[in-house]
Amino acid sequence: MSEDQTVTIEVDGREIQAKAGQMLIDATDAAGINIPRFCYHKKLSVSANCRMCLVEVAKVPKPLPACATPVAEGMKVQTRSPLAIAAQKGTMEFLLINHPLDCPVCDQGGECELQDVALGYGDDVSRFVEGKRVVMDKEIGPLISTDLTRCIHCTRCVRFGAEIAGVRELGATGRGEHMTIGTYIEKSVDSELSGNMIDVCPVGSLTSKPFRFRARAWELIQRDAIAPHDAVGSNLHLHVRRNEVMRVHPKENDAVNECWISDRDRFSYTALNSAERLDTPLVKTRGEWKESGWHEALTRVASGLKEAGSDLGVLASPGCTVEELHLARKLANGLGSERIETRLRQGDFRTAAGAWLGQSVTDLERCSAALLIGSNVRKEQPIFGHRLRKAALEGCDVSFINPLELEMNYAARQIVTPPAAMAGEVAAVARAAGAAGPLIDQAEVTERHQAIAERLKAAPAATLLLGNLAQAHPDYAVLLTLASALAKATGAVLGQLPAGANSVGAQLVGAVGDGLDAMLAQPAKGYLLMGVEPGYDLWDPAAANAALTQSGFVVALSGFRSESLEAVADVILPVSAFAETSGTFVNAEGTWQSFAGAVSPKGETRPAWKVLRVLGNLLDLQGFDHDSSEEVLAEARQQAEGRQLDNAPADAVTECRLVDAALTRIGDVPIYAVDALVRHAAPLQKTRDAIAAAIYINESEAAKAGLTAGMQAAVTQNGTRVILPVTIDPNIPNGCVRIPAGVAGTEQLGGQFGEVTLEKA
Amino acid sequence: MANEVCLRNNDLERPWLLEQYQSRGGYEQLKRILAGEITPAQVIDEVKAANLRGRGGAGFPTGMKWSFISREAPGQKYVVCNSDEGEPGTFKDRDILRYNPHQLIEGMIIAGYAIGATRGYNYIRGEFWEPYMRFQGAIDEAREAGLLGENILGSGFDFDLHVHLGGGAYVCGEETALLESIEGKKGQPRFKPPFPAHFGLYGRPTIINNTESLCSIPVIIEKGGKWFSEIGVANSGGSKLFSISGNINKPGVYEIPMGTPFAELLEMAGGMRDGRKCKAVIPGGSSSPVIPGEQMLDLTMDYDSIQGAGSMLGSGAVIVMDDTNCMVRVLERMSYFYYEESCGQCTPCREGTGWLYRVVSRIENGQGRPEDLELLEDVTRKIAGRTICALGDAAAMPVQGMLKHFRDEFEYHIEHKRCKVGA
Ligand SMILES: Cc1cc2nc3c(=O)[nH]c(=O)nc-3n(C[C@H](O)[C@H](O)[C@H](O)COP(=O)(O)O)c2cc1C
Ligand code: SF4
Ligand code: FES
Repeated sequence: MSEDQTVTIEVDGREIQAKAGQMLIDATDAAGINIPRFCYHKKLSVSANCRMCLVEVAKVPKPLPACATPVAEGMKVQTRSPLAIAAQKGTMEFLLINHPLDCPVCDQGGECELQDVALGYGDDVSRFVEGKRVVMDKEIGPLISTDLTRCIHCTRCVRFGAEIAGVRELGATGRGEHMTIGTYIEKSVDSELSGNMIDVCPVGSLTSKPFRFRARAWELIQRDAIAPHDAVGSNLHLHVRRNEVMRVHPKENDAVNECWISDRDRFSYTALNSAERLDTPLVKTRGEWKESGWHEALTRVASGLKEAGSDLGVLASPGCTVEELHLARKLANGLGSERIETRLRQGDFRTAAGAWLGQSVTDLERCSAALLIGSNVRKEQPIFGHRLRKAALEGCDVSFINPLELEMNYAARQIVTPPAAMAGEVAAVARAAGAAGPLIDQAEVTERHQAIAERLKAAPAATLLLGNLAQAHPDYAVLLTLASALAKATGAVLGQLPAGANSVGAQLVGAVGDGLDAMLAQPAKGYLLMGVEPGYDLWDPAAANAALTQSGFVVALSGFRSESLEAVADVILPVSAFAETSGTFVNAEGTWQSFAGAVSPKGETRPAWKVLRVLGNLLDLQGFDHDSSEEVLAEARQQAEGRQLDNAPADAVTECRLVDAALTRIGDVPIYAVDALVRHAAPLQKTRDAIAAAIYINESEAAKAGLTAGMQAAVTQNGTRVILPVTIDPNIPNGCVRIPAGVAGTEQLGGQFGEVTLEKA
Repeated sequence: MANEVCLRNNDLERPWLLEQYQSRGGYEQLKRILAGEITPAQVIDEVKAANLRGRGGAGFPTGMKWSFISREAPGQKYVVCNSDEGEPGTFKDRDILRYNPHQLIEGMIIAGYAIGATRGYNYIRGEFWEPYMRFQGAIDEAREAGLLGENILGSGFDFDLHVHLGGGAYVCGEETALLESIEGKKGQPRFKPPFPAHFGLYGRPTIINNTESLCSIPVIIEKGGKWFSEIGVANSGGSKLFSISGNINKPGVYEIPMGTPFAELLEMAGGMRDGRKCKAVIPGGSSSPVIPGEQMLDLTMDYDSIQGAGSMLGSGAVIVMDDTNCMVRVLERMSYFYYEESCGQCTPCREGTGWLYRVVSRIENGQGRPEDLELLEDVTRKIAGRTICALGDAAAMPVQGMLKHFRDEFEYHIEHKRCKVGA
């Protein structure tokens, strides 16, 4: 049977077309015919357990579930015949007998599928006079609340875990009425996609813990937004009440995030009203921070910037909008400076390349072989991780070359090697694939390299992807050079997983320069920081702190108070955060997605683009008279016109800087440490993925240093010494120690990768 | 004419031993087949001619089931034997495992040969420890003798057999739940179609049959399908094991031809205890609707006869009750069973079985309401035919049967808050 063969069926007397083999409910959904359902979910496997979708099919005496009945040519279906309605109502009655029916106190009330369907199919009086079932709730972590008495056993959450998240965290244990959803052994639900379970749960059994009991669905106004934490560009619905973002839901877009979003995108809104939110300008006078009015603060900034003149450096987060970055670059240029950088965690700037996905988001799930170099894609960009997992389940051969072993949720080949040896591994695959050149010719090829090369070559659609760990590598240029050679030899698409929501946009509007070294090696006279906390957001916090401290004037545009910022800045201007400002992000595949502000700026904060515009005016610069962010965008787009990103490096770099040291630091940025908003989102910081600063080291390496788990130890990097606890982690290779970056306790350390020494504290 | 097929070696001293089984011609049919005397197609034709209907309860023609699998289809296929024997009242497969394990093994190898499967599993009820040990012993013996494993008797045909001990859930007797259980998953029935013949164990083509069905195969091959068919009556070929229990003198397993009058079976089982009146009979395991005693005494033990009386031959578990039994109490006990054993995945069964049990229990305990009987009937109608597996129907039918034939006892209970019969 061919996949796209069309059949004609008759539903409620109406002829509709359907794909052969398609389930009836998909065909009726497409035709706009509504059949009630609970267990069915278009992205999950069919389980046909709720029996709500029973319909009458001609010549079949029993009602059949539309979600599990394939269409066939000439099939005649009645969705509202007496038999069908009786079956649907029968199921409804069963579903309600043990349901609490206390919708007024249920968090799902008003947006509950059971409530909605009960309105059409339920009776007003219950015939059930027995005691109702009660189920003990379970504690499954900081993001999801359980109210298991409300569960209707549709198993959507279980199937979501098994099929989408790729970890079976929830299951249905027990038989019959005693069947309950749970973790079996007391445990939290930790998947980076776990919040989607709240969405798939049709009732109030799994609800959002941070949102629970804070608003009613009908009080909320839905506004669109684009997720600000990674380069996926997930489409969001912000649910707003009285000028406050109450929660975040996915907005369906099959080309980007389908109907899912990461927990990071779902729960980071909780930071918007955190106690550390900055809502008035702060000015430092004689070492003392004072709140100030905008006028005074701006005047001070204008004079500071004027002083800096052409010796101004701009460090902006790749999560800044196109509009903000465009104006920041324009401002720097107006003052005669070309120094602006958004690649804040890049470890090597010896070559220039345009970093983007190299393909469309949906291409990721269609590839048949993939090699990821320096990436924990699942935690870096959860939705891309999900797309790759989908590919893997369809048979895509996925391999990783990484400095630490990853917890996988699908079968993949992992080459784990100390950072200094990563280039050699990529070179070996390149050699196996028939490439030649420096490093490649000397590489030692093993069966593993051969296997990866062969799969990449044979695959009809292959891709190489460089992730955050590669970008932060001191030999990123070498890795990119080798990957490029490998891509040529195999015909694979060369792609990168840019770190920020607008990393690609930043490149298109020219908000990239000569690199961080060029910015920080020699302190500039003045710095403009945008969305940057120097201790957390930069590749080498120690070097950054040194440069910023020595600089004459530092102004920061920030949404949050931050010790690390207050230590170096002279003025901090409070800017509107995510959801409070309009703007545009260009995602990894190069799609421009604009959004409006969903709530008005908090307190005295102003959208950053407006602040920059005023500064331009105060500095008497040309071209700062935009009336709206759309005008800024139009100008930025014009600038970007014709700019094409190419992942291939401009120059081949084959000289490795990272040499084998006794102990090398791997400084990854944990999923909930990537930017200020996430770092201030309290619920996310309580999850298991909110990794704390520590010395993660394997047992034998720890023994060598005389360390055991739980001990405090001193790490020294570039002369800075920091005390951290020791955690034994078998996923770290010999010769390495993982000390995450971007987390409290690492503000004083050096580059994300580099030599460190350890000693007992 | 008793004990001709599955229990035919019961007269031997230790019939479970290989040597004793072979003394009666055991494994000779397998040898003939492997020597090429009988082709796979002929095996299936013989089983079809035998008119053997599945002994697990549904009575599906075994030969037809086997012919759904294409022998030539590439890849692994499986033969699975269902020895879960969970239906209350049924205890016949236990005797096969205990007294005639080799005949079952031979039957399974022949089934494997017929459909081109090289792997078999026998899923044995968790509580059957002794039969399990016995059966495992027989497998070991057979393997030792070169009758199981690779290249059986030098024929080039491979077939190996493993035992899977269940965990004590009735629903795991349902064929697809059983397959899930073997796969190491929670025993929950799968939605059908696809049927096991297309998507069975580990997603591969699989035949799954009851112990008694498979154990009958060697005899069918030996004596011919026609011979087997003629033991029984039209539509019900062969002889059948009946597990008869209740208020009778000699409860036990009896192998008698299909079509034997119930009265004869009752007599073999020693008649009613204390000479009391046969009030009611559950003819085919707890799922089959009850039949009043007088009516039952006129019926013969075969599919059509029992079906004609509005019940089912099922697994052949005959529960005989005398006039000391209160039917409300009987039903309460049965409803409790289904309430506890529902796997819980589909709504009507998960919710409905609990509802049925609670209402019956209320009536039994003097809390019944006049509208309850109507309610019970309505609930059973809303379960039957709307579930994933037949457990839903199995829970509904006994209630319907009881209310049909013994409604007066329920009404009495509701009105007088006590039993009509002095139990
Ligand atoms: C709830 C339920 C329990 C069942 N239990 C058993 C059982 O214990 N033994 C059995 O042989 N069949 C049992 N069956 C029937 C099987 O699903 C299946 O029809 C049978 O094993 C097929 O074998 P047969 O064709 O040889 O009868 C059960 C069915 C249901 C719905
Ligand atoms: S009918 Fe009962 S036992 Fe069968 S699948 Fe449904 S809930 Fe499970
Ligand atoms: S939606 Fe079809 S059975 Fe649940």
